Amino acid sequence: MRAFAYHAPSSLAEAVAVLEREGPGGRILAGGTDLLVQAKERGSVPRYVVSLRDVHELSRVSFDEAGGLEIGARVSLGEVADHPEIRRRFSAISTGASLVGSYQIQNRGTVGGNLCNAAPSADCAPPLLVLDAVIDVHGATGRREIPLVDFFVGPGRTVLGADEVLVSIRVPSPPSKSGSAYLRHTPRQEMDIAVVGVAASVALDARGDVASLRVALGAVGPTPFLAREAGARAVGQAPDDATIAEVARIAAGEARPISDQRGSAAWRRHLVEVLARRAIKIAIGRALAA
Amino acid sequence: MPRMIVNARINGEEHELFTDPHRTLLEALRDTIGLTGTKEGCGTGDCGACTVLLDGSPVNACLVLAPEVEGKEVITIEGIATDNTLHPVQEAFVNEGGLQCGICTPGMVLSAVALLDRNPTPTETEIRYAIAGNLCRCTGYDKIVRAIEVAAEASR
Repeated sequence: MRAFAYHAPSSLAEAVAVLEREGPGGRILAGGTDLLVQAKERGSVPRYVVSLRDVHELSRVSFDEAGGLEIGARVSLGEVADHPEIRRRFSAISTGASLVGSYQIQNRGTVGGNLCNAAPSADCAPPLLVLDAVIDVHGATGRREIPLVDFFVGPGRTVLGADEVLVSIRVPSPPSKSGSAYLRHTPRQEMDIAVVGVAASVALDARGDVASLRVALGAVGPTPFLAREAGARAVGQAPDDATIAEVARIAAGEARPISDQRGSAAWRRHLVEVLARRAIKIAIGRALAA
Repeated sequence: MPRMIVNARINGEEHELFTDPHRTLLEALRDTIGLTGTKEGCGTGDCGACTVLLDGSPVNACLVLAPEVEGKEVITIEGIATDNTLHPVQEAFVNEGGLQCGICTPGMVLSAVALLDRNPTPTETEIRYAIAGNLCRCTGYDKIVRAIEVAAEASR
């Protein structure tokens, strides 16, 4: 690996100051499991890294009913996968985090890093999209919030400015009688990248009909995205097999897959429909049990 | 960028690592302090040969920058036996023939140690999941899984 400079600021303000002072060519280092692979394999070595090692305020997960869930930028995928409240209330998120790489990767890699690296197949993205996540960002001009739906620009690209640091991911408390799920397809059981990933969240109203339904897709477009038409179609419907089948069919139509060495476009579209059906069914089951 | 000093507790001893900031923990362990039990396989976090325990959790030392371990505890394969007694996991790998060429073994053993630390009674599925990030290209996995099962029984 080519040499680069290393900064370990002890606060967020200091981290932003380093980015401003040092200028282009910097990368934020949280877990490093993507950053170092990119540096070694693709030769995309940063000029300098700004490590979040000593920015302890970013290593917290917090949850309360009013404020919802907040996952700091330095929180590991493993901590999110095992967190009892996330598993119970935000099932799709813990599942997504538990599917990234091995335990070794999950102990270093972060949810924030998974989003900032913006792979179309990022396993944390569809779950956070269906649960209305908002990204909290700190930059030279202050703080701003970015809804996750507006965060991704293309493969490997986000709206984050060069002087901005992802601070945390915030997710509102899900309503009562709601549930979520994330499923993906990989040829191998472990240590693989999603050919298709599908997340679903469902909230039921007092009558037991669908109050809201969201489906988000990974690895079938240049970015992970919400299948908006599919979700809208279910509102007011009974959460039965006919509704589920219809929503899944529409979601497959919203997919924009490419053919590559991981699978053909037609196969991916088929997988979206199958996985959407299953994910919605699981989410409904969780909503009924909530 | 000048070299820097990183303070870490490695296998129970305080170390001052004098390292370039772009060097990995794997390079620091092998080249700076001569702990060559940790192996490099792929260098990109896929094979797990370089697995060490960082504050008790398995990580790929090839994907951790050396400066990131400041103030932390690192356990390598050299650090799990006590005096002349092998760790029960090491003992079980020997007795069950859970290795052939040996390159994956230090990483396998440390993933198994971490698993048994947090789950002393793992199922076979949990064992296979725990070593999903450790690739073996010669023995195959059955004897390794058996060794971990035997180590779990022995530790009870």
